[in-house]
Amino acid sequence: MIIKVLGPGCANCVNLEKATREALVGLGADATVEKVTDYGEIAAYGIMRTPGLVVDEQVVLSGRVPTAAQVREILAALVGSSA
Amino acid sequence: MSVGERLGTSRGARRWVVVGGAALLWVTAYELNVHLWNWLVYDVLGLAPESRLGSGIHFFFYDTVKIALLLTGIIFVVTVLRSFMSVERTRALLGGRREGLGNVLAAALGVVTPFCSCSAVPAFIGFVAAGVPVGVTMSFLIASPLVNEVAIALLLGLFGIGPTLLYVGAGLVVAIVGGVVLGRIHAERWIEPFVFETRLRGQVIDSTLGLSWDDRLQMGAEEVRSILRKIWPYLVVGIWVGAAIHGWAPQDLFARYAGASNPLAVPLAVLIGVPLYSNAAGVLPLVEALHDKGLPMGTVLAFMMAVVALSLPEMILLRRVLKPRLIATFVGVVAAGIVAVGYLFNAVLG
Repeated sequence: MIIKVLGPGCANCVNLEKATREALVGLGADATVEKVTDYGEIAAYGIMRTPGLVVDEQVVLSGRVPTAAQVREILAALVGSSA
Repeated sequence: MSVGERLGTSRGARRWVVVGGAALLWVTAYELNVHLWNWLVYDVLGLAPESRLGSGIHFFFYDTVKIALLLTGIIFVVTVLRSFMSVERTRALLGGRREGLGNVLAAALGVVTPFCSCSAVPAFIGFVAAGVPVGVTMSFLIASPLVNEVAIALLLGLFGIGPTLLYVGAGLVVAIVGGVVLGRIHAERWIEPFVFETRLRGQVIDSTLGLSWDDRLQMGAEEVRSILRKIWPYLVVGIWVGAAIHGWAPQDLFARYAGASNPLAVPLAVLIGVPLYSNAAGVLPLVEALHDKGLPMGTVLAFMMAVVALSLPEMILLRRVLKPRLIATFVGVVAAGIVAVGYLFNAVLG
């Protein structure tokens, strides 16, 4: 699973990355977390409110910072469907 | 069985009881504010209402509490209402719109769409790549920071409903006209080419989809916390500078140089305001003090608009997508609009 955290480097993006890593540890899932800071690339995903979260090239969240528990819920559903 | 227990059986009902209770508490605090400080400062401390110290202390505490209450209430309500709106939906509404009506709609949506300047660039690319005309996109980008909930809360608290409506109306006009002008001069030539080459892939997800009332109310509470945390230093500095002007600047200093008799006062105020970087919270106490010192309403509101609408950090951000030529034009058009609004207010309000 490849997870991308989209955002130009504002506080929200840092918080989202933290929540994501926390959720991954909680799930015990194996994934690489990348950061995407290029505006063109962020916009290409259709995201207009940073931060955004992309899992395997699919946008799963944008515009708000979720709690680690919420990220975990989202990721758990994806892990379940791909397995 | 108590009322609370009976309502406790339903999560939904309990939530609304909490909201209702908070609203009641808010109204009570707002109504009691002036009486509380009258009693504390004049009766308990025994200071005379006519004395500089007495009225000063009373003003400081009463105003601070009033502003804090207004900010809390208005940010909360606005955030909850805005959770029904999203940038994605706004873009869908604006897609394929022509100039004119599109600009009006964009300016109005700029006010109600949840948006922060840190998202200005991805939103710009997203709008333009989806086919929203550049001028219409600009109307959105001008209105969004200019007419915001913090400015509205503070204007209401410090100047009342009249100037608040005037400010909102003027902000919308500046955004609409500015966008129309930028569209007419074919600003597309001065946009970085990669914006037009951006291809949107994948499905767009609406960030507000599937939110429950609990989510929305929680978002409101979080927004109040995060905005207050962000703006309180500006507010404190603003209040102190305002107080300094209030207490020490000679009564006629500003009025002499920037009063109604000086025809260049409005452009001067805008010229000073453009490079200043602050937000509505930092600039309003200052604006209030300047108004008290005899500056006309149009001049102080133009100053405020220039500070809030145009700032160096935002220009640097926009440089990623706009060529310097367009940034300069953008600043020029918006500043000219603000100057016009300032003159108009001064003429109308006398």
